[in-house]
Amino acid sequence: MANKFMNWVDARFPATQLWNEHIGQYYAPKNFNFWYYMGSLAMLVLVNQLVTGIWLAMFYTPSAAEAFGSVAYIMRDVEWGWLIRYMHSTGASFFFIVVYLHMFRALLYGSYRKPRELLWIFGCLIYLALMAEAFMGYVLPWGNMSYWGAQVIISLFSAIPVVGEQLTTWIRGDFVIGDATLNRFFALHVVALPFVLVGLVIAHIMALHHVGSNNPDGIEIKAKKGDDGHPVDGIPFHPYYTVKDLFGVGVFLILFAGVIFFAPEFGGFFLEPPNFTEANPSVTPEHIAPVWYFTPFYAMLRAVPDKLGGVIVMFSAVLIMFVLPWLDRSKVKSVRYKGLIFKGALASFVVAFIVLGYIGTQAPSPTLTLIARIGTIVYFGFFLLMPLYSVLDRTKPVPERVTK
Amino acid sequence: MRPLLIALLLIAPLTAIAAGGGSVPYSHDTNLGNQASLQRGAKLFMNYCSGCHSLQYMRYQRIGEDLGIPEEVMENNLMMTGGKIHDTIQGTMPKEKAAGWFGTEPPDLSLIARERGADWLYSFLLTFYLDDSRPSGVNNLVMSNTAMPAVLAPLQGFQARKHASSEEGGEHAEGEHAEAQLELVQEGRLSPGEYRAAMGDLVNFMVYVGEPAKMVRYSLGFKVIVFLLLFTGLAYLLKREFWRDVH
Repeated sequence: MANKFMNWVDARFPATQLWNEHIGQYYAPKNFNFWYYMGSLAMLVLVNQLVTGIWLAMFYTPSAAEAFGSVAYIMRDVEWGWLIRYMHSTGASFFFIVVYLHMFRALLYGSYRKPRELLWIFGCLIYLALMAEAFMGYVLPWGNMSYWGAQVIISLFSAIPVVGEQLTTWIRGDFVIGDATLNRFFALHVVALPFVLVGLVIAHIMALHHVGSNNPDGIEIKAKKGDDGHPVDGIPFHPYYTVKDLFGVGVFLILFAGVIFFAPEFGGFFLEPPNFTEANPSVTPEHIAPVWYFTPFYAMLRAVPDKLGGVIVMFSAVLIMFVLPWLDRSKVKSVRYKGLIFKGALASFVVAFIVLGYIGTQAPSPTLTLIARIGTIVYFGFFLLMPLYSVLDRTKPVPERVTK
Repeated sequence: MRPLLIALLLIAPLTAIAAGGGSVPYSHDTNLGNQASLQRGAKLFMNYCSGCHSLQYMRYQRIGEDLGIPEEVMENNLMMTGGKIHDTIQGTMPKEKAAGWFGTEPPDLSLIARERGADWLYSFLLTFYLDDSRPSGVNNLVMSNTAMPAVLAPLQGFQARKHASSEEGGEHAEGEHAEAQLELVQEGRLSPGEYRAAMGDLVNFMVYVGEPAKMVRYSLGFKVIVFLLLFTGLAYLLKREFWRDVH
C-alpha cells in the first residue's frame, strides 16, 4: 500500500530520489567530530527563528508609536508570548554562536579548499545575510539601544564620499531614524531576508551534497570506493548521522533552554538593559555598543582614526573571507597535517577575534584602541599573509584513509 | 569531548564581561518566591509611588492573580486611580503638569527593574539625603540631582551627608561607603532595619512587575531541562546502538 503510494508519487515528483540523494544514500565521512554538529544545529536554529518569528509577527506592531508597547504586550498579555520572544531573542545569539563555530570548523579542516570554494562562498553569503537580518531584527523592539544602534550603523554610510548623505536618507526613508525606517526594516526582516537566507541555505546544502563533505583529516573519501560503489570511509547520512545529530540537538537544547529559562538577558549580552526603555531621540544611552556578535567588527571600525577608513576596514573584514579559498596554498587541508606556522596563525587569529569582540563591548580608551589596532592587524594578517605562510609551513604526510 | 571543552572555554569569558553600569552601594537579593513580601511591595507601590508613576504595561488583575490578592481587596485597597480591574495602572498625575512641577515627567516604572537592575533600585531608594541646593530639598547618591522628592521620608526619615566625606560629585558611591557617607538626622516611622526590609519588598515587587513571566520561568525551565536530559540520554543510547557497526 505504502509502496504503491510512493510509486505513484515518484512517477510525478522525485520524492524518493531527493530523499536518497540528500539523506538516505548521502555518504558522509565516518570520522566527523564535535565540530560537525554545528551545521545541523544551524538549521535547527534557523527553523526556530522562522517559526517563533511568525508567531511574534502575529502580535508585533511595526510602528514607532506602538512597537515598544507591542513587545511589552507579547511579554505580558499574549499566552506564552514571553517564551516565544525569548526563544527568538536567544535564538539570534545562538545562531551566531553556532555559525561562528561552524566557520571555525572550516578554518580548522580546510573545508573551503577545492572543490568546495562555492560551498564556502555560499556560506559567507549566508553569514552576510544573517548579519543584515540580525541588525534589522534588533531595531524592531524599538528600545533605546535599538534606536541608537541603528543610528550609529546607518550613519556609517554617510562616510561614503559624494553620495553618503543622500544614501543614509534613502536607507532611513527619513532624515532621522523613524517610523519609515522601522517599517522597512520590519518588511526586510520578516519577508525579504528570510527568503534570501533560506534560498542561500538550500544552495549551500546542494553544493555540499554535490561535492561531498570534508572531514577532520581533509581527505576526499570519494577517492576510495568499495565494490558497492560507495566510499569505503563513508556511511549513509541516515540513520547514522540523523541519530548522532539527534543527540547533538539534545545537548544543544539543554544549553538553549538553560539560557531561555534562567538567563534570557545573559548578563546584558543577549538583551541589553538600555533596550528596556523606549527609543528616545533626545536621550543617548551612556555607552552605545552593538550586540556581542558584531563587536569584533565594531572594534575594528573604532580602531581606525578616519571614519571612511574605519568603514572600509570593517566591511573588508567580512568581505576578505570570500577569497579565503584562493589564499590558502598549503599542500594539505586539515590542521592535523599542517605545521606550526599555520597553527600559530590560526591561534592568533582566534585570540584576535575574541579580544576584538571584548573591546567592542567596552567604552573606548587609548589602551583598548591600541590593542584593537594590533588585533585588526592580526585579523587581516591571517588572511593576507596566508599565501606566504601556507607555502612555508612544514606539512605532515596525509594518510590514505580517514583516522579515528 | 575535548573540542567541546575548548568551545565552552571560548564562550565562557563572555559571561564574565558582565555589561553592567557603575557599582552601586547596596545589593539586594531578589526573592520572588515570597508572596507576602510581594504583596507588601504592591501595597507600598500603590500608596507611595502610583501617585506619580504609572505601570502602563501592568494590569491590576494580573497582579491580583500572580500575587494571590483577591479582586475585592485589590479594588477596595490597591486601586487608587479608579479604573477597572483589567486596566493597566495609570498614574493619577497628568503628565504635562507633572513635567512642569518636577522639571521632567515621572517615568513609567513597568520595566525600570530590567533597565536599572534590583541593586540600583534598592540603592536609589535607600540613599536620599538632604541637599539645600535642590528644589525638592533632597538629592540622591546613585542618581545625582534626581527630580524625585523624598516621598518615602515619612517612613525613612531624613538622612544627611556626613561632613568627612561631603566632597562634591560622586554619582556612583563606592561599595560600602554609602553607609559611611549618610547618617540619619531625623527619624521616620520605621527603624532603619524596617525601612530596608520595606524597600526590599518594594524592589521585589518592581522586579516582578518588570517581568511577570519570572514567576513561572524558573520552575518551567527546570521541568523542560529534566525532559531534555532524558531525551538526550535516550538519543545517546540510540546513537550508540546504531553506530555499533561503524568501524
